[in-house]
Amino acid sequence: MDLMVNGSPYSVDVADEMPLLWVVRDVLGLTGTKFGCGIAQCGACTVHLDGAAVRSCQLPVGAVGGRAITTIEGVGKTPAGAKIQKAWLDLEVIQCGYCQPGQIMSASALLAANPQPDDAAIDAAMAGNLCRCGTYVRIREGIKHAAQS
Amino acid sequence: MRRNPEPAFVDKADLSRRALLRGSAALAGGFLIGIELPPARARADEPLTTGIRLNAFIHVAPDDTVTLTLPAVEMGQGVYTSQAQCLAEELDIGLDKVIAAHAPPDQANYGSPIFKIQATGGSTTTMAWTGPLRKAGATARAMLLQAAAAEWGVEAAGLTTENGVITDKAGGRAIRYGEVADRAARLQPPADVKLKDPSRFRLIGKTVHRIDTPDKATGKAVYGIDVMRPGMKYATLMASPVLGGKIGSVDQSKALAVRGVRQVVVLEDLVAVIADNTWAAMQGLGALAIEWAPGPNAGLAQAQLWADIEKASEGAGVVAGKEGDALARLKDGTLFEATYELPYLAHAPMEVTNCTVHVHDGGCEVWTGTQVPGYAQAGAAKALGIDPGRVTINNHLIGGGFGRRLEVDGVIKAVRIAAHVQGPVKVVWSREEDIRQQLYRPLYHDRLKARVENGKITAWHHRITGGSIMAHWLPPAFKDGLDIDAVDGTTELPYSIGDMLIEYIRHESAVPVAFWRGVGPNGSIFSIESFMDLVARKTGTDPLAFRRGLLDKSPRALGVLNLVSDKASWGTRAPASPFGARRGRGLALMNVFGSYLAAVADVAVSDEGDVRVTRVVVAADVGNVINPDIVVAQIQGGVTFGLSAVLYGKITFAGGGVEQGNFNDYRIVRIDEMPSIEVHIVPSAENSGGIGEPGTVIVQPAVANAVFAATGVQLTRMPIDATLIAKAT
Amino acid sequence: MRLKPILLTLAGIALVAGAAAAGVVGWMVFQPGPYGFAAGTPVELAAYKGPAPTGAPAELANANTAARGAYIANMADCEACHTAKGGTPFAGGRAFVLPFGTIYTPNLTPDPETGIGKWTDTDFLNAVHRGIAPDGSRYYPAFPYPSYSLLTDEDALAVKAYLFSLKPVKQANKPNTFAFPYNQRWLMMIWATLFDPDRRFRPIEGQSAEWNRGAYLVEAAGHCGECHTPRNLMQALDQRRKFAGAVAEGWNAYNISSQEVSGIGDWSVEELIAYLSTGHAEARGVASGPMGEAVELSLSRLTKSDIAAIVTYLRSVPAVASDLPKLAGPAAATPQLAAIGDPVGQRIFEGNCVSCHAWTGAGALIGQAQLTGVRAVNDPSGANVTQMILGGTGRPGSPHPYMPSFSRSYSDAEIAAVTNYVTAHFGSAPSRVTPADVANLRAQN
Ligand code: FES
Ligand code: FES
Repeated sequence: MDLMVNGSPYSVDVADEMPLLWVVRDVLGLTGTKFGCGIAQCGACTVHLDGAAVRSCQLPVGAVGGRAITTIEGVGKTPAGAKIQKAWLDLEVIQCGYCQPGQIMSASALLAANPQPDDAAIDAAMAGNLCRCGTYVRIREGIKHAAQS
Repeated sequence: MRRNPEPAFVDKADLSRRALLRGSAALAGGFLIGIELPPARARADEPLTTGIRLNAFIHVAPDDTVTLTLPAVEMGQGVYTSQAQCLAEELDIGLDKVIAAHAPPDQANYGSPIFKIQATGGSTTTMAWTGPLRKAGATARAMLLQAAAAEWGVEAAGLTTENGVITDKAGGRAIRYGEVADRAARLQPPADVKLKDPSRFRLIGKTVHRIDTPDKATGKAVYGIDVMRPGMKYATLMASPVLGGKIGSVDQSKALAVRGVRQVVVLEDLVAVIADNTWAAMQGLGALAIEWAPGPNAGLAQAQLWADIEKASEGAGVVAGKEGDALARLKDGTLFEATYELPYLAHAPMEVTNCTVHVHDGGCEVWTGTQVPGYAQAGAAKALGIDPGRVTINNHLIGGGFGRRLEVDGVIKAVRIAAHVQGPVKVVWSREEDIRQQLYRPLYHDRLKARVENGKITAWHHRITGGSIMAHWLPPAFKDGLDIDAVDGTTELPYSIGDMLIEYIRHESAVPVAFWRGVGPNGSIFSIESFMDLVARKTGTDPLAFRRGLLDKSPRALGVLNLVSDKASWGTRAPASPFGARRGRGLALMNVFGSYLAAVADVAVSDEGDVRVTRVVVAADVGNVINPDIVVAQIQGGVTFGLSAVLYGKITFAGGGVEQGNFNDYRIVRIDEMPSIEVHIVPSAENSGGIGEPGTVIVQPAVANAVFAATGVQLTRMPIDATLIAKAT
Repeated sequence: MRLKPILLTLAGIALVAGAAAAGVVGWMVFQPGPYGFAAGTPVELAAYKGPAPTGAPAELANANTAARGAYIANMADCEACHTAKGGTPFAGGRAFVLPFGTIYTPNLTPDPETGIGKWTDTDFLNAVHRGIAPDGSRYYPAFPYPSYSLLTDEDALAVKAYLFSLKPVKQANKPNTFAFPYNQRWLMMIWATLFDPDRRFRPIEGQSAEWNRGAYLVEAAGHCGECHTPRNLMQALDQRRKFAGAVAEGWNAYNISSQEVSGIGDWSVEELIAYLSTGHAEARGVASGPMGEAVELSLSRLTKSDIAAIVTYLRSVPAVASDLPKLAGPAAATPQLAAIGDPVGQRIFEGNCVSCHAWTGAGALIGQAQLTGVRAVNDPSGANVTQMILGGTGRPGSPHPYMPSFSRSYSDAEIAAVTNYVTAHFGSAPSRVTPADVANLRAQN
């Protein structure tokens, strides 16, 4: 099976049903994308498929098709991703950081689609990403900060 | 915020009850501190190939890179930064040259001055380590100066340092730390060094950027779960769904037929599937036909657990604190009594329990993230029946600790599995396994009685019934039937309460217990602060005025109370919310972890009884601060963590097993349920207190009191039960 | 899936006693047979000239007796009802909660004490065809013996042989918790006399072999009508409104007649085949709840030819309209946050549902997660949506994505709100599920 991840082509020999998360982490060794729940409830595994944020833990790799996969390791090369990463550091959003690859992927997809999101749009895009450390108030600020940069 | 605070430090280990009560008893999670700067890196996995170690904490490379081995582990609370701030301040270097390294198990060098074991928790890092780390930094600097002085044949006193460079102004020359480190390392460390005057601080007390976050923003940070070893296999496991149950029989055939599955390891109490990737292992586990031997706990049910603790609370308690004769004074007069109950809770950090192990050649290598490297080493050694010296622990960043990684059950299970596997194996728990096979925040039952005269409390009886964590975790801290963590927060109240009696009854069920962010005070402060509101309302007093009237001996408590009531506009109505017509404002105050906090929460309650917290205001006096922004972040995070608990958190048992399993049924607050959180810090020159946990503790009674205000119903068993406050229709 | 309100049954029996009602009763009793709509002449099986519509299908012609027996047991879908949640298959104990008590299915494993190990062939046939237990007592028609009556002796005994090949499990049957008069099982004798004709399947000359096989699978073994056909006052299936839809275990078992708006008249053959054999047809929805079990434990195990036969038969069932609306088209791609006016439902949807279902309802990851165009979402009662939120669909540990249950962490009001949000946004008419409705459904699970 051929995959395009962060702009590089990969060929993997895995079952179609294997969720993309485990292909990325265990087979490709890109461990920035995290496992948190396995049931699309936490967002830790969020990656982009053609720029849209999706939960890779529930996405059979066979369903990816030709779509471009972007992970936390590659999102800094997109304009929105770079802005979000910078805002995250400027505002010190991150605590343990484990949920943050997913948060950053969701936030960058939001910003790319909606350059000036309001609170409702932030909720709509970010409510699927849990953070146990409780960085939500700064995530909200971080997205607004990035939108202004 | 005070400009140049002088952080307090604990010079000597002090395991007295008082010290533990203050700071340490609370272990769970986190704590405070912090930095500014361009990225340094937190990569412990890079071996130090060249350079010189000046002491246990400081290693200088020829290129002037300084690797700091940090005794307290980073799990989000910012301690890599704050500890680095202390070391770098005294060493006179910038944080941009700093790399943070995880400390190996080494009791002598990295054992906590408070716990006397190597542990990170209880919101103690700043109070425990600020002193020793500053001293280590200052000592190393003195040695570098001495070395430069010897090199140049001048007096060290005439030399100055700045950002890693030693200058001899008189001689017009300069030399870098990297150039003299070798010579310095051969010197005898001076017995006494002078610490920097706070007026000259560039790092301590300043908001500087964290050193661990740049790699976390790009996916480069390596957590335990990200470890990759050559030839590594992947495993997942399942232990008996019934507490203490064993394996009856296992039919492996279908699991072994799953593509990628290599092996099934069946132990007495658990089964693990070893595979080429985690997904295959999980599929294999799902395909196993396991017959369990559930054992004696198969009938365990939540109602029984509640009934049992209620019954136990009637027994004889051990005295944790006593002044005067409270019982006699509680025989007559205007009396109040209430009971509060708190559920079992799971930590549910975002990083599930995991551990990579390679057992070979009579020894064992472990890669994991642990709050207790020494316990991890000892646990692994015991599981294999080998000397601890044969166990290497490679610690990692932790994706949320909250007390979960103060236990080493995950390490021990992984080691037991790895003993049957050729080569390294990474054992990753499913979320369900993580939630169902934890050690839990204990069930607590608090009964309070008070006598009130002229609006003042004149007698007080607080009896706590619950499991003891200290009994297994730090046995010296469990003496004569008293668990000092369980009663933490009860004996040194900010309030004047007259005669008092504090009692503890240890009550264990089959459910194993562990520290959970906020630890003992989660129960005690929740109960005390709920009770305060109950008494205030029953005596027709405003909850703020009632508390103020009891604070004659605690100016710091009064300070935070005044600040929070001012910022939250106490006395006005909570704002309207589309979420629900009933609204209320609640207050809480506490003095634990060496810090004073007061909080006001606003809630809206729907007709159906669902609660939305709309605003939280916190005032904190945490003494001296290393990194103000990290203090704020820890309070924000702590409050959020506490919100999940008070609104939704419960682990319940049925048929001997945990009913919850994942975030669909163990609910965590989401961003769209968040109130605004305002944090106000009181400038303070007092000794540093902890701050990783207080936010979690204080917000729970504040919210419960707000619900009380909104509905007229005081809920006494957490979490909030919508059916009890639904509007009668 | 097959539990029927017995309360009304008993009330109906009381009705029978009243001679004045004789005419009404006659209307109920004397009605067409389950496949009486079909043109042609029913003939005794022995006289039928086409390929046998009963037994195992042609694909299994060379299989051994055990495999054929197992297949027939799958056709009859015994396992779903006779397995407790999380229990050993066929050991019984599954609870059906009814307003007047709880009924527990019995142990079908060959354990001599607690199972059916001592049963003779006659015992078994009496049970399956006539609803009579070995001790002469009567089963409630929760057990679909009026359908099983159509099974040939040979097929029924093949099921018995299969059950006897299982590992015996010692698990005592739990007594039902019915109080008087519902515990008066003898009353069932009257009911059976009226509504169980105790007749074997008779193929119809003039219909194709495939149709006849489909009729046998649907009416005798699969007993589809037990859930999908409405019941009359006497709680017997109302064959005049065959497959017009009914309620089973709190789920709406939808109209599966060939009616185009509310039934399956506009489903293609491929869609029906996909739905029945995999539990999912693209843009049609996922088989959940009792139907999910029927697919998992029965239909998905049937051969291609048998699924094709079922489809042929189903498509021949005359259209009967029910009051379900036409399916709505796709929802807007972006959330119209202001227009919604349902902050609770929206909040839960955005936190827990969007990740898989997407704001468009088109499914973010896989086709199974599509909400638009799905009957359950276009059902203004909202019952099945609530059921899925409460119970989830699919199964942890399977290689396929599944939806977890949300019953434990959300209040009745919250689950009602999210149901109403989903139907309002992705369906043709908003549901008005109340917290009390949710509480009712919870009690049945
Ligand atoms: S791991 Fe995918 S959403 Fe939690
Ligand atoms: S930063 Fe720790 S879980 Fe979000």
